[in-house]
Amino acid sequence: MAPKRRRMTVILVALGLLCAAAVLALTALEDSVVFFISPTDLAAQAPNPDQRLRLGGLVKEGSTQRGDGAQCIFAVTDLETAVPVTYTGILPDLFREGQGVVVEGVMGADGRFAADSVLAKHDENYMPAEVAEALKKSGHWQESAETPAKPGCAE
Amino acid sequence: MIAEIGHYALVLAFILAIVQSTVPLWGAARGDRRLTAVAVPAALLQLLLIGTAFLALMQAYVTSDFSLVNVATNSHSAKPLLYKISGVWANHQGSMVLWVMILALFGAAVAGLGSNLPETLRARVLAVQGMIGTGFLAFILFTSNPFLRIDPAPLDGAGLNPLLQDPGLAFHPPMLYLGYVGFSMAFSFAIAGLIEGRVEPAWARWVRPWTLAAWSFLTLGIALGSWWAYYELGWGGWWFWDPVENASFMPWLAGTALLHSAVVFEKRGALKAWTILLAILAFSLSLIGTFLVRSGVLTSVHAFATDPERGLFILVLLAITIGGSLTLFALRAPRLKEGGVFAPISREGALVLNNLLLTTATLTVFVGTLYPLLLDALGGGKISVGPPYFEATFVPLMIPTLIAVAIGPMMAWKRGDARAALARLRLAMAVVVITVLGTLALADSSTALAALGTGLAAWLIAGSAVEWADRVRLFRMPLAASFARARHLPRAAWGMTLAHAGLGLLVAGITGSSAWQTERIQVMRPGDMVELAGYEVTLVGVGEVNGPNYTAERALFRVESDGRQITLLEPEKRFYPVEGSQTTEAAIHTTLIADLYAVIGDPDGQGGWTTRIYHNPLVPWIWAGCLVMVAGGILSLTDRRHRVGAPARPHPARAAQAPA
Repeated sequence: MAPKRRRMTVILVALGLLCAAAVLALTALEDSVVFFISPTDLAAQAPNPDQRLRLGGLVKEGSTQRGDGAQCIFAVTDLETAVPVTYTGILPDLFREGQGVVVEGVMGADGRFAADSVLAKHDENYMPAEVAEALKKSGHWQESAETPAKPGCAE
Repeated sequence: MIAEIGHYALVLAFILAIVQSTVPLWGAARGDRRLTAVAVPAALLQLLLIGTAFLALMQAYVTSDFSLVNVATNSHSAKPLLYKISGVWANHQGSMVLWVMILALFGAAVAGLGSNLPETLRARVLAVQGMIGTGFLAFILFTSNPFLRIDPAPLDGAGLNPLLQDPGLAFHPPMLYLGYVGFSMAFSFAIAGLIEGRVEPAWARWVRPWTLAAWSFLTLGIALGSWWAYYELGWGGWWFWDPVENASFMPWLAGTALLHSAVVFEKRGALKAWTILLAILAFSLSLIGTFLVRSGVLTSVHAFATDPERGLFILVLLAITIGGSLTLFALRAPRLKEGGVFAPISREGALVLNNLLLTTATLTVFVGTLYPLLLDALGGGKISVGPPYFEATFVPLMIPTLIAVAIGPMMAWKRGDARAALARLRLAMAVVVITVLGTLALADSSTALAALGTGLAAWLIAGSAVEWADRVRLFRMPLAASFARARHLPRAAWGMTLAHAGLGLLVAGITGSSAWQTERIQVMRPGDMVELAGYEVTLVGVGEVNGPNYTAERALFRVESDGRQITLLEPEKRFYPVEGSQTTEAAIHTTLIADLYAVIGDPDGQGGWTTRIYHNPLVPWIWAGCLVMVAGGILSLTDRRHRVGAPARPHPARAAQAPA
């Protein structure tokens, strides 16, 4: 085969693949992008019940309690509005009252956010950027000294 | 005093790097051998200087010298010795020192072993290595100096993040960096080749083994990280499509493509420009990985600090390196003479397809990883792209790739016969059909997707076996003769067969763990029992234990099957008082076919504990698959023809049956 035709074949295959990848990526992005939202914004708008969201803020002091079985209930706040959250499972090691947390899930019809994943900040002096943003938005951002709280789900 | 020597050595290394990146280049351009001769001693001295700095830092960690800010903020006197040593690179500054030390190591290797390289090429390669070194040494000295003193020195350090105090993670960064920085060799050769305006077979003979070594280390590094995430985070999973994981996965994908295109270049003289482009891309993605992880733009265990100055510095470094090298490529690549004409249906054609699929897959991962950052930077809101995106884009692209993996090696170079290749794979196809039917029949909860996964795994493993049997003419000649052939098979052929079979094991493991994982979350009191995948798991009790620098709640689970005791599982929840944080230690019982995985959570205050128990089928195969792939890479590296400085031409008779 002449080099020119060979090159055309390769280019056509490459273009075909790129188009396929673009279609795959765009449809997948549309379905799987999860928007980040602050508690105040969540309370202001009633989201679609099957839209997945990431809710970020601080775990409200004194809000953690046990639900049925292995369920945990706590509130995520931007110090303006607090949204109750339910989660079944083991909370991450760095989960604490008064500290940053990002939860992912859907808003339930009962007004509680049903989380299926909970991400706590990864080290002691770092707050997820999303949480910091939510706090800045609500006007409660401060470079505060942290008071250690009892980890885990309240007893 | 020793810290000051280390700091001074870094400053000298920086100045030397500037010399190394300019003088040899100038000498090569003017044909002045006195100037090009600077490159080799400069590269060797570079290793000595950076090695001194590295050892000085390690000394400070081992002796817990808290007068250094870096040691005081990242170490503690009560830490076990292993984590004092790994503490050197478990922080931002120290990890950058490790980065440049590995770079110097590779530079010294070219200097020491490259006497058979054309002199101007060697001088230029070392000059490019010097430029990379200059950039990173400047980054360390101006933004991330590990040798800063603190006065008065604290009595004790702040400790190391307990999540990082783990044997698997102690060696994860060095392996990963050997991979990342290893691609700098291919990059330096690519840039040097572009500056020369021509690339010769000697070029590919050098690039191949270094790429192979980098790829093996990177594979091992990623596997270690994933293994750590599996047993340490306690989430029962091993890959989360987290941006930090993707940051290491993208160079791996591009490096895999490079590995294969370099074969075509070396054997057939074709795909020269493409191989050079891939070498640039693989290293650029390594740099982007470093940027993503170190700049703090991502929220993760790797983001040691959020320091905008550092992020900006790396970003500028990135722009210069990637922009400069791609511009050079655009200017010079059209001049490269391509050789080795081939038909689309041929070994070369299959490898081109492999390359196109792998780079497209890299692109989809790149888009998913960087789109949220880009959108945020443009003020489009905060979003996250999760596993569903990657499953919907990456996985479909991998299906044709994996199918091609078994067919490619069966094709002849230059002009192949697809029908004949498929006919030779009849046995493998039969194995695939049996596996798919078996999967659908045996596993009650299996889906079509699981059958596809096991089918692909069987295709890879059986395909590799058939390819090997074909090579040694198994059963077509006396067994002894076959074994003699197997003994004389080039090591690179063995390496390829092993690596492809390892990939099959990996695919099986991924399929098993994603299709058949079962999970039970509940509150258990001592004496409570949970049934899972044919096991009865009973919580016997929870007690307190003391570790060297932590206290822990340790649960005891009795695992029984049909009334017979199988094993005891003892997961822990550790509390590290120095760092004020806790970690989860999962307990794992493996049968080599499946893992039983238990995690203990918080007490409920009424005598019960939240517990999480997983049955993870085929997960051990993931680690086995990675190890087999790495073994394939290493075996291939020991091939006589890959040995750096080997005779220029392989034996003609061997070349005829040479592998990919």
